This record gives sequence, structure tokens and C-alpha cells, in this order.
Amino acid sequence: MMESGPLTGPVPTDGSADGTHPRPAELSGVPAKPNPGTANPSNGDIDGTFWRRFTFRRPLVALILQRLGLSVGLLFAVSLMISGGIEALPGDFATTYLGQSATPQAVENIRKDLGLDKPWSERYLSWLGGAVQGDFGTSWASKNSVGEQISKRLGNSLFLAFFAALVSVPLAVGLGMLAVQFRNRLPDKIINVVSLAAISLPEFFVGYLLIMFFAVQYGVATFPATVYDSMTLTERLSAIALPVATLVLVVLAHMMRMTRAAILNVMSSAYVETAELKGLSMFRIIARHAAPNAVAPVINVIALNLAYLVVGVVVVEVVFVYPGMGQYMVDAVTVRDMPVVQACGLIFAAFYIFLNMAADILAIIANPRLRHPR
Amino acid sequence: MNLRSIPFSAWIGIAGIAIAIFCALFAPMIAPFGERDVVGDVWLPPGGDFLLGTDNLGRDLLSRLIYGARTTIFVALAATVLSFSLGMLLSFTAAVVGGFTDQLFSRFNDLMMAIPTLIFALVVLAVLPQHLWILILVMAVLDSTRVFRIGRAVALDVAVMEFVEAARLRGEGSLWIIFREILPNTLSPLLAEFGLRFAFSILFLSTLSFLGLGIQPPAADWGGMVKDNKDGIIFGISAALVPGAAIATLAICVNLVVDWLMKRTSSLKGGRGDA
Repeated sequence: MMESGPLTGPVPTDGSADGTHPRPAELSGVPAKPNPGTANPSNGDIDGTFWRRFTFRRPLVALILQRLGLSVGLLFAVSLMISGGIEALPGDFATTYLGQSATPQAVENIRKDLGLDKPWSERYLSWLGGAVQGDFGTSWASKNSVGEQISKRLGNSLFLAFFAALVSVPLAVGLGMLAVQFRNRLPDKIINVVSLAAISLPEFFVGYLLIMFFAVQYGVATFPATVYDSMTLTERLSAIALPVATLVLVVLAHMMRMTRAAILNVMSSAYVETAELKGLSMFRIIARHAAPNAVAPVINVIALNLAYLVVGVVVVEVVFVYPGMGQYMVDAVTVRDMPVVQACGLIFAAFYIFLNMAADILAIIANPRLRHPR
Repeated sequence: MNLRSIPFSAWIGIAGIAIAIFCALFAPMIAPFGERDVVGDVWLPPGGDFLLGTDNLGRDLLSRLIYGARTTIFVALAATVLSFSLGMLLSFTAAVVGGFTDQLFSRFNDLMMAIPTLIFALVVLAVLPQHLWILILVMAVLDSTRVFRIGRAVALDVAVMEFVEAARLRGEGSLWIIFREILPNTLSPLLAEFGLRFAFSILFLSTLSFLGLGIQPPAADWGGMVKDNKDGIIFGISAALVPGAAIATLAICVNLVVDWLMKRTSSLKGGRGDA
């Protein structure tokens, strides 16, 4: 309060241009913190630009807008990095595509064919322009439209990830609470050891283990997990049972350990100790005192793990020969089909970034203290 | 610290790691057959001459497993050491120098971390030629982002201490402060992180090899061996599960040791002991 009194003065506005448009959120550096000095308490009028007034009246909405803008900016930077990185790294696609023995003329032709002879900035801009409208160009290998393929496969991948999340989230939170309630006793130790082991298992090992037992030995599940358009929902669900189980096992341990750590963090705070010393029962402490404060970190944990799930589908799809994005991307990487790799990379990154952003925003909504940094 | 204070679970971990390293070091001596020798029929069951059976080309599975320990551990270790050197050097520089350098490094790090590691690796490996050192370098750079984040947080805690200020006032350079003042005081939390990164490296390398982008055949490597033998699964042949189990066991062993190291560091800090 002392250093930011009314002396800082209003920011001069010329009314027309500056005052009517909010600044793009990613450009507005720090003014998320409402400055008490700019508020004039006598008539409730606030000086400054529109954005600054907005942050003062609606700090929450402003923060969320800021995060949104930040994510869009980040996504843009990522697209630039993927595209620029591909360009900067050594390796010529035309020669890789044709093999070592290609004649210079053939290399030249194919470069022209793929549009590699144009300058990079021009290619990037046209690619980005298309990507925004969902057009990712054509695949080098199959000459099909990448966007069309992705629209088919993205749904499959999301279908898989959605059911994995549906099973794993309640299970993880429940087990995490159980581990906290019995902490340092037998159930907690068992959960701890099992989850430590589960974290260390590679996804493909879990997948093949499940296939070996449930599909080959007992024949209760189907492998490979192929889905096609004419399948009914129940058929689809039975086809993805094993992939979902694999994803759940992989993500469950992470989520549960993080949930346990988040709740324990709350449990070691002073007011819980007070409750303990008052003689309240363990259950009451967890339900009444710890849980409301643990909601924010737990929501955060869930969102972070969903982001992990989106990437985890890559390996699981390859193991189960499931027609999703991950399989598409891995196939494209092995034949160096760059338009496909670029598009898949961008979409995976987009999901990852926006889930992380959702985690951020949910944490801000759940914990008012985060709204006023420092 | 005495040997008695090491818990049983950590001993299991240490023993497992020791066995794996022993296999890696003395592979040519203990392996019954050569790494690339075709010695029998395809997918023979375990038993007889071949303790674990043979793989999809009729090579002895046990021998390949032992040689595979060599490749897997070497590459994972090299990537981890490299990522640590890189991540710690950059993070300590950022913490000590501060200002614009810190902002530049941190923001770039945020950008790198905004792309999931596996996806990033897939994009990069799609472009680069397939060499072992390129694989190690890519793994190291991607992993160093995590090291950077932790290293910077730890170093910032230390950088504001009195002895660092004293060194600054003495007129020591940034390099002295990084290596003589900050590094010795941050080693113990970073050691646990090293183990964690190593376990992650093993899993990451195996995943890449499994996807066909890691170590290239005919060199034996655990992830690649799973890929080679995966078609046998449908016929009930468990050859693919053996290297998978080896990866899992090694990763579990490393994690057991890390778990103990972490508990030790957190109890040194004087927590309530239940975290």
C-alpha cells in the first residue's frame, strides 16, 4: 500500500484507441494484480485502461482470460518450434524419400512436388493458415488428406482416453484417500508398494501381459482392438476393454500417489494437528477439515494426469493395433511423412497445453489465494 | 549413516541394480551364446539348452537379454548423465546470474515442456538420421528440461544464503559460485532426482525402441526385443514378456532406491515424517 499510493497516477488514455479495446491477454505482462492505488474510493471510479479496470472489477475472469491468451500464445510458439525445428535440423526429406541412389534431377523434382523449394516462412504461414481451418495438407506417403484421417482417428483416441479417465479418476481418488486414512499401516504400505511397481512398468509390458492372460489364455477379451464405423457401442466397448485397462493401470498409480501426496500435504498443516489434538476422529478430520482444502490440489492432479493420458494412448494404440492418432503418428514417423508428423504433433501438444491450462484455471477457482500472487 | 539404517526394500533395489550392471559389464563372459548368433529353431520354449527359449529368429533369448542389459543401461545412463550436466549447468547459471538470462532460459524451458516428451521425441526423431549418439542427445535434451526446473528451484534456495553472498562479495566469479558454493549444497536432493530420471530414461528408451525409433537391430536392447517378439503373443509365446519383465524389474529396483533416498532427504529437512 505504501509504495503504490495514488501518487502513481492514472495511466493517460486517449480514449479512442487504447480505452475501448482490451489488450490481448498474452501481451499484458503483469497487471493482473489489481492496483489499490488506482482505485479512488470516494466515488468508486477506477482510472486506467479498460483492461486495468476490467482486472479490478472481475479479477477472476481477467485471470482466466489471461491464462487462455497465454495458452494460445504458447500453442502458436509450439507450432513455430515444431515447424522451425524440422527445418533447422539436418536431413533432407527428398533424399530420404527416394533413397541414397536418387539422381539429382529426381531429388529436384520431388522437392518441387512437395513444395520444399519455397522459402520456409512462406510454407509455415500457409501451413498455419490451413491448420487453423483444420486443413493439414496431404500426406507424402499416401497422398490422402491429413485432416480427414485425423478427424476419423481423433475420435477413436478420445473415445479410448475418455473411458480410461472415467474408470481411473474415481478409483485413484478413492484409493488415495484410503491410503491417507490408513497411512503408515498395512493398506497404505500395500498400496504404496503396488503403485511403485505400477509406475515402473512400461505401458507395452502391461498391455502384452493383459493380452497374454485375458485374450490368449482365457479368451475373454478380443485382440487386436480394431474398431470400425459399423460397430455398435457395446461391441466397441468390448473391443477397447483391454486398452482401457492398460491405460487405467498405467495412469492410476501416478494419479493415486499424487492424490495421496496432495492430501497428506494438507494433513500436515497446523489446523489438522489442532483437530488431532482436540481428539477428533480420523475420519472426521479428513472429511471436515482436510478434504475441502485438498480439493484444489486433487483437481489439479486429475487434470495433469488426463494430459498424461492423452500422450499415453500413443504406445497403447500401437500395442493393441487400435486405429487412433498415436498409431497414425508412429507410422508416419517411421516413413518420415512430415505433414502427418507435424499435424499430429501439434494436436497432441494442443491437448496437452489446454489440459494443463484447465488444471491451472481450476486451481485458481478452487483456491482464492492463488488469485493474488505474492 | 550406517548399513543397518538402509531398509530392506532399498537392499532389494541395490541388489537388482548390481545384478544388471554385472550382466552389462561381463556380458561376453556370462552369456552362453553370442548376441547375434542364430542357434536354434524359432520361438523354442524355455528349457534344455536355451534357458529362456529362443526369439523370433532363433537367437538365444537369455544371451540377448544379457547383451541387451549392456545397451539399455549404457544408453539410459549416458542420456541421464548428459541431461543432468546440461540441466544443472543451465539451471544454476540461471539462478546465479538471474535477470534476463534467467527469464530467457526459464521461458524457453516452459516452451519445451509444453510439448509432451514422447511427442517431441517422435517429431525430432522423424527428422534426424538414426544414430546412437543422436538418440542419446535427443533423450538428454528432452529430459534436461525437468532437471532444469528442479535444479533452478533448489539453486534459488541456496543462492540467497549468506555464504553465497560472502563469496560474491569476495569477488568470486559465477563459475566458482556455481561449482564451489551451490553444487555441493544441492547434491543430496539432486541425487534422488538423478535416480528418478534414470528410471524414467530406461522406460523412455524402451518405449522408443519398442516403437522402432530407438536402438536399431540387430543390436540387442530390451525395448527392441519386445518389438521383435510381439507377434508371438497371439500364439501364446511369452518371449516378448521376458525382456519386458527385465525392463520393469530394473525400473522397480531403481525406484526402490530412489524412494529410500527421498525419504532420507525429507527426514533430514525435519518433516513430520508421514509425507
